[in-house]
Amino acid sequence: MMPGWVKSKWRYFVVAALMIFLVLLPFKWFLGQYTSIMIFIGISTMITVGLCLLMGYTGQVSLGQAAYYGLGAYFSAVLSKTYGWNPWLAMVIAAIATGSFAYIIGYPIFRLRGNYLAMATLGIGLIMWVLFNQLSQYTGGPDGMSGIPYLSIGGFAFDTNFKRYFLVWFFCLAILFLSQNIVRSRTGRALRAIHGNEAAAQSLGINVTQFKVKIFVLSSVYASLAGSLFAHHLRHVSPQSFDFLASVKLVVMAVIGGLASVWGAIFGAGTTRLLSDKLLLGFNQFPQLDIIIYGLILMLVMIFTPEGLFIALKSGIKWLQLNWRHLPEIMRTQGKELPHRIKDRLTRLVPARWWRKAEP
Amino acid sequence: MSGLTQGSIYALIGLGFTIIYSVTQIINFAQGEFVMLGGMLSYILAVKSGLPIPLAILIAILIAAIVGALMYILAIRTARRASVISLIIITIGFAIFIRGIAGNQFGVNAVSPAAFTSGHSIQLGSLDAYIAPQALWIIGITFLVTIALYLFLSHTMVGKALRACAVNPGAARLVGINTKAMALIAFTIAAAIGGIGGVAIAPLTMASYGMGVMLGLKGFVAASIGGFMSPTTTVVGGIMLGIVESLAVGLDWGPFTSAYKDVIALVVLLLILLIRSGKLATAERAG
Repeated sequence: MMPGWVKSKWRYFVVAALMIFLVLLPFKWFLGQYTSIMIFIGISTMITVGLCLLMGYTGQVSLGQAAYYGLGAYFSAVLSKTYGWNPWLAMVIAAIATGSFAYIIGYPIFRLRGNYLAMATLGIGLIMWVLFNQLSQYTGGPDGMSGIPYLSIGGFAFDTNFKRYFLVWFFCLAILFLSQNIVRSRTGRALRAIHGNEAAAQSLGINVTQFKVKIFVLSSVYASLAGSLFAHHLRHVSPQSFDFLASVKLVVMAVIGGLASVWGAIFGAGTTRLLSDKLLLGFNQFPQLDIIIYGLILMLVMIFTPEGLFIALKSGIKWLQLNWRHLPEIMRTQGKELPHRIKDRLTRLVPARWWRKAEP
Repeated sequence: MSGLTQGSIYALIGLGFTIIYSVTQIINFAQGEFVMLGGMLSYILAVKSGLPIPLAILIAILIAAIVGALMYILAIRTARRASVISLIIITIGFAIFIRGIAGNQFGVNAVSPAAFTSGHSIQLGSLDAYIAPQALWIIGITFLVTIALYLFLSHTMVGKALRACAVNPGAARLVGINTKAMALIAFTIAAAIGGIGGVAIAPLTMASYGMGVMLGLKGFVAASIGGFMSPTTTVVGGIMLGIVESLAVGLDWGPFTSAYKDVIALVVLLLILLIRSGKLATAERAG
């Protein structure tokens, strides 16, 4: 039996274990070969958290999140390379510029809801993508631009994957903790109220539009920071990283992570990145497999567990915790019903009268 | 003239959006993929499999329609009581699923099927304007599809039932209309019309596995100019968009060149959404 204080503080143990794991990961004798992909997971997590706040907690769709990611990356790249600014300053300016842009378009955009909001954000994402391609005297056009300087503090340059790993995950964890605090604060409760029922939230004195715009700006700033880190990590940016599929990929990450879950974002970004960068590389003779799988994931998760895969897994684990003593018994009784339940699920796909015999 | 041609295609795609939205209150983000399917399949069937062009076109449209029906049966109907966000994500998932399959099966290169009829461009009277025979086909097909759709909706029992679902789904169910079957029909028709658009536009602008998003978005613009209300307003909206876009072709103003043609459609989209936002918001709340 676990002592009570362990039980009540188990969250801290989980977080501490995660920290130790993350600190040890990039060392050669541990999982050093995953350092590079973990950097990308960290960058993706930062954007996904923003998307979760927006989609999961506030219930607003954004299908153009890659645009703000791209804005951050291009602002950083252009300011630090072409104009020779200090990369840190470029990063801050990029975040401010992206945030201001989001603020300006936020007020008109968030007068829309549901489908129209989704189309509008998709449209803005595509406009940005066309601009990244066409403003070639600044952005280098479809080929992108290379030779972006590394970030550095004093004389200490972040010039290896090992160093950049800690930099990216420092930012990523800072954003995760900040977001968690927001979710648990008055703001977070206001956001959930908006998700639940906008009219009710408004009648309780919550300024609905203002909260939506605020969280939209926050998520765009997250994406911009991620973009800056991305630019200074790869030292090369090109429009392909910020197209429609990139935005969809971010939605996939948020959906896997559980839309309304801050820590699920790591899980979502991690699974998606590992899936596309490690597992599917072996299937070169089967191109586009990653897109097909993303499409399937989006449909299946939304149809069967609309709250997201991570949350479904979590509640599954909780159920096991409560019921593990009775597991054999449950298996015995439920096992008999299982074929029927599967049949029930499947027959939802076909109208009943097509497969069931006509009743006498 | 190119504006009218492009606009006709946008109108066809917009018709698909309008039909599905009015019957089911779902915006189908996969609408552009049916166009892609029509275009790619007509090329694959005609060139790779060597079928005669009319047969290839017919089969391409049929397959697009079947994919539309399957989309409703497998992806939409199984998600009962889904929220708007869930439905958006499901249709997007279906869109990129289809796109991935197409890229995988048909390759990622743009293809250009043969035009319906060969022949040189026709001079318009004594004007200094020429029109490709395919453009005439496109305009004619759009015209025919619109007329056929109008007749179907106003003069057949199924068409009237579809309109009843659009006006008031609850009341439609009360008078014994099977709303689910109607939704299935709406998806099938929308996919078929999308497929027709793809078959018609592919010889003129080429088809590729990734063409769906942009075309889908422009079809949405066409439908939203028309307010998702009736086929005729949607067609007018599509042609308006095509003409506005064609004005941009000669554009050379500072950094803005005709490469920004797509941006114009998107800006039109945003403007329309914002102008109509008050009305759309109330419609969404009521729906």
